[in-house]
Amino acid sequence: MSFRLSYRADPGNPWFSWQYVRDNSDTILAAVREHASLTGRAVLIAVLIALPLSVLAYWVRPLAGPILAVSGVVYTIPSLALFAFIAPYLGTGTTTVLVGLVLYALLLIVRNVVAGLNQVPPEVGEAAEGMGYGRWGRLFRIDLPLAVPGILTGLRLATVSTVALVTVGVLVGHGGLGQLIFAGFQNNLYKAEIMTGSVLCVALAVVLDLLLVLVARLVTPWTARRAR
Amino acid sequence: MTAAANPIGEAVVWINDPLNWTNPGGMLDRLGEHLTISALAVALGCLVAWPLGLWLGHTGRGGGLVVLVSNATLAIPTLALLTILPVVFASGFGRTPVVVALAVFAVPPLLANAYTGVRQADPEARDAARGMGLSGGQVLRRVELPLAVPYLAAGFRTAAVQVIATAALASFVNGGGLGEIIRTGFGLGIAGGGGQILAGGVLVAALALLAEVVLGGVERLVTPRPLRRGRQRTGQPRPADATGRA
Repeated sequence: MSFRLSYRADPGNPWFSWQYVRDNSDTILAAVREHASLTGRAVLIAVLIALPLSVLAYWVRPLAGPILAVSGVVYTIPSLALFAFIAPYLGTGTTTVLVGLVLYALLLIVRNVVAGLNQVPPEVGEAAEGMGYGRWGRLFRIDLPLAVPGILTGLRLATVSTVALVTVGVLVGHGGLGQLIFAGFQNNLYKAEIMTGSVLCVALAVVLDLLLVLVARLVTPWTARRAR
Repeated sequence: MTAAANPIGEAVVWINDPLNWTNPGGMLDRLGEHLTISALAVALGCLVAWPLGLWLGHTGRGGGLVVLVSNATLAIPTLALLTILPVVFASGFGRTPVVVALAVFAVPPLLANAYTGVRQADPEARDAARGMGLSGGQVLRRVELPLAVPYLAAGFRTAAVQVIATAALASFVNGGGLGEIIRTGFGLGIAGGGGQILAGGVLVAALALLAEVVLGGVERLVTPRPLRRGRQRTGQPRPADATGRA
């Protein structure tokens, strides 16, 4: 274990040490990569499930309440408990972490997409129908484009909270940067390791959030113009 | 490692073993720890966030600060704070750092709701109170605070559920609580501890859902009847809903 060695080489145990970062750059990079890939995959899968679910809740009004309620209940379950439910069946692997992350991201995205779809003015919908748009045509050319701000808000919230949540995956052995944080805690409170993991985690959340803001600007130029 | 043969059956057996309830470190002990840590953390959070939120709402300043605090804590991983604070406190282990770390996660929903609660008070009611000669402090105490009570209750529910959920992670940093049961189960491996892991998960989830339901009832009780319907619009998340998960 390389962190053990660098700990002994620096008995002062500072909050940050370049030496630690240099000596363990491979471990740190691997952790960042795992963290980013878990986040990306979880959010992507969550979007793929959430979009049809939201459209269903939008089209079939009686289903909106139950869909939001069930995802709300899932969201209330603590992550540790959720991982505990999944792990006995799927074992301790990436799949368990991914399933947990997707379930949490789902609520944030579904709620915001449904809100976005509900914000489409009824006159616009009627005008589209009058112009001869069918159900699907209206969905893809009117409703979804107008709901893009809501979709992106949900995406941002889901991404940021997923980045924070990945760390809990350390319980089942795949926590990305959580791995560093927890290892530092177990290594006699090795501050540099804990801090590097934490700071990189927050930085990753900020970077991804800014990236999504940029995407939002590019995809919905009208919102920026309106704000001005 | 293969998955456990029948996790649900094993979990039922584990929960039905009386020794698992009453042993030192059994379910009752852990439940007591869990509730103590959570209650202290929420109390500490209220002590800090409510006066600040009410005051900021009263003066109408600091809306940006409230949003900033909410967003910042959303990005901070719970695990990071739970491991960093024991180091800061130098004591290493024990309850205090865990309670403080959990209180940090209770602050955003409490603060945001206290702020919103005061801000949403009808400006005409505020003006009328001023016209009757009430001072700033009196307006806050007699007009804005009563009108903010439903929001304070909503913030309290969100914060309490959040803290109870996060407290499950305290077991990682030797803080005790119900999470310890899950952690011990993982220590035994999936094949041997699958039942215990599942049982612990059920306990933690049940406690969180119970808190949500009970405090939701409290929130309803303290909300005056005319205000009840309007705030239940679907698809309009309150600011407090954007808390990070633990």
